[in-house]
Amino acid sequence: MIKSGDPALRFLAPSFLFVAAFSLYPILDSFRLSLYRMILTLPWLGQKFVGLENYQDLLTDPVALQSLMTSITFVAVTTPLEVLLGLGMALVLNESFRGRGWLRAVVLVPWAIPTVVASQMWRFLFNDRYGLFNYVLFGSATDRYWAPLAEPGLALAAIMAADVWKTSSFAALIILAGLQGIPRELYEAASIDGASAWRKFRHITLPLVKPALLLALLFRTIDALKVFDLVFVMTQGGPADTTNVLQFYGYKKSFAEGMIGYGSAIAVAVFLLSLILSLFYIRLLGARLLAQERGA
Amino acid sequence: MKKIIIPAGVLLMAVFSLVPFLWFVLTSWKSASEISAIPPVLWPSFHWQHYQAAIERHGLLRYIANSAIVAGATTVVSIALAALAAYALARFQLRWARYYLLLLLALSMFPQIAIAGPVWRLLSGLGWLNTYHGIIAAYIALSLPFATWVLTTFFKELPYDIEEAALIDGCTRWQVLRLVVLPVAAPGVFTAAILVFIHAWNEFFFALIILTYPAVQTLPVGIALFPGEYTMPWGEIAAASTIATLPLVALTLIFQRRIVQGLSAGAVKG
Repeated sequence: MIKSGDPALRFLAPSFLFVAAFSLYPILDSFRLSLYRMILTLPWLGQKFVGLENYQDLLTDPVALQSLMTSITFVAVTTPLEVLLGLGMALVLNESFRGRGWLRAVVLVPWAIPTVVASQMWRFLFNDRYGLFNYVLFGSATDRYWAPLAEPGLALAAIMAADVWKTSSFAALIILAGLQGIPRELYEAASIDGASAWRKFRHITLPLVKPALLLALLFRTIDALKVFDLVFVMTQGGPADTTNVLQFYGYKKSFAEGMIGYGSAIAVAVFLLSLILSLFYIRLLGARLLAQERGA
Repeated sequence: MKKIIIPAGVLLMAVFSLVPFLWFVLTSWKSASEISAIPPVLWPSFHWQHYQAAIERHGLLRYIANSAIVAGATTVVSIALAALAAYALARFQLRWARYYLLLLLALSMFPQIAIAGPVWRLLSGLGWLNTYHGIIAAYIALSLPFATWVLTTFFKELPYDIEEAALIDGCTRWQVLRLVVLPVAAPGVFTAAILVFIHAWNEFFFALIILTYPAVQTLPVGIALFPGEYTMPWGEIAAASTIATLPLVALTLIFQRRIVQGLSAGAVKG
């Protein structure tokens, strides 16, 4: 049905060329490169085809497996927290009170701050000598101050806290849109029947906002899997690789160590992981898109 | 009970959202001894020395100029290309339009590392590493899926009858887009532009791998790689961070209604 000279082609081709060159082709190329041994710092070795060797190495690489666990932990802890906090914020923003527009703008501030800036900010707050975090915990007892970002058990928690601060407002916006779609009459009817605030929340709000909650959860999951800036600035993957999330590990192998082949194998693994998650998401959104088109 | 919960929630949310960053902003005006004081000094003595040092010693103005060029060019080009594509996807009754949109959606979700190596090699092969057009080309490709998706949503919501009348009067599709759709959809286009600009201004991963010369680096790279010899120059980092964030916070506070609308068009309405 696409004929050459079809106006659709002329409208779509310019943007498609960019997307093809800088997104589609690179994904395929990552698959290809993952089958080669290629080290940027040793260019005279050239590109050597090694088959699945990089993947074999990946499965027996303890740091890679630790990275996977770190990423999964990061996603599993931050996303439910962000959705819960987001729900709380959305419930407040959905009420009518003076200054609601102002509050909605204020809540967006962490979202608008560059992640690198937020990372430096939290690094400063967690500083071991004069960070506000230490002062809040120990007051002026400076001998008890310690560096959470240098503690294997705590560095990841600190990064998670920064992520929750930065991204909960985004979850709140998605959930707020869901809340605003709930018809007021339902609450009015429930009030006439004498339902308590809790029962209204439990039996009207929660079931009807569930799709939005799910959407926020998936959105945050996919995004949390990409966490990089916070790790790069706050810990560089340390201490002892405890914050070395997948995307950071892939970056380190590919660019800091120049191991393009092995780095590509990590890239493909991360890609497949997020593809599985995206498929859930696309099914959800895709179903809506189809329903919308049938309705239109 | 609501009378207590709502104001308490409002207060908590304002404190949670603003206080950590305000603390960092205040730090930028403190002297070195105020920054390291225990107990902390709440109110700074308003020194501008860190701003001066960030500008004179660390080239802050150059980072700002680079970020403005990169984010500005990315926004203009990707919105123009996305408007073309979105118009076709919203109005041409293409049977595969929704599959194309889902492909774009999928692309926007992949982690950067999945394409980083090949993008780097591609730009390296073209000799485009450490150039404005290199990073801008990559950013355009990265922002097109989102921009196309949002604009398609906005275009679909416009009433079709004016366009139909213009088509019957003999306008070409291109004329309809330029003379009828874009003027009507201007608020939506502007919304998409703000979001693309914010994203390009904040992007770090690709800027880090593509821009290794300080002369072309953008603000996030400059701030992340802020050099500290023995102790971190927190005052200067805070000063640079404040300047990097100011335009975004201003945009957000002024256009929050549009931003919320744009984000939910991208995420929720589908």
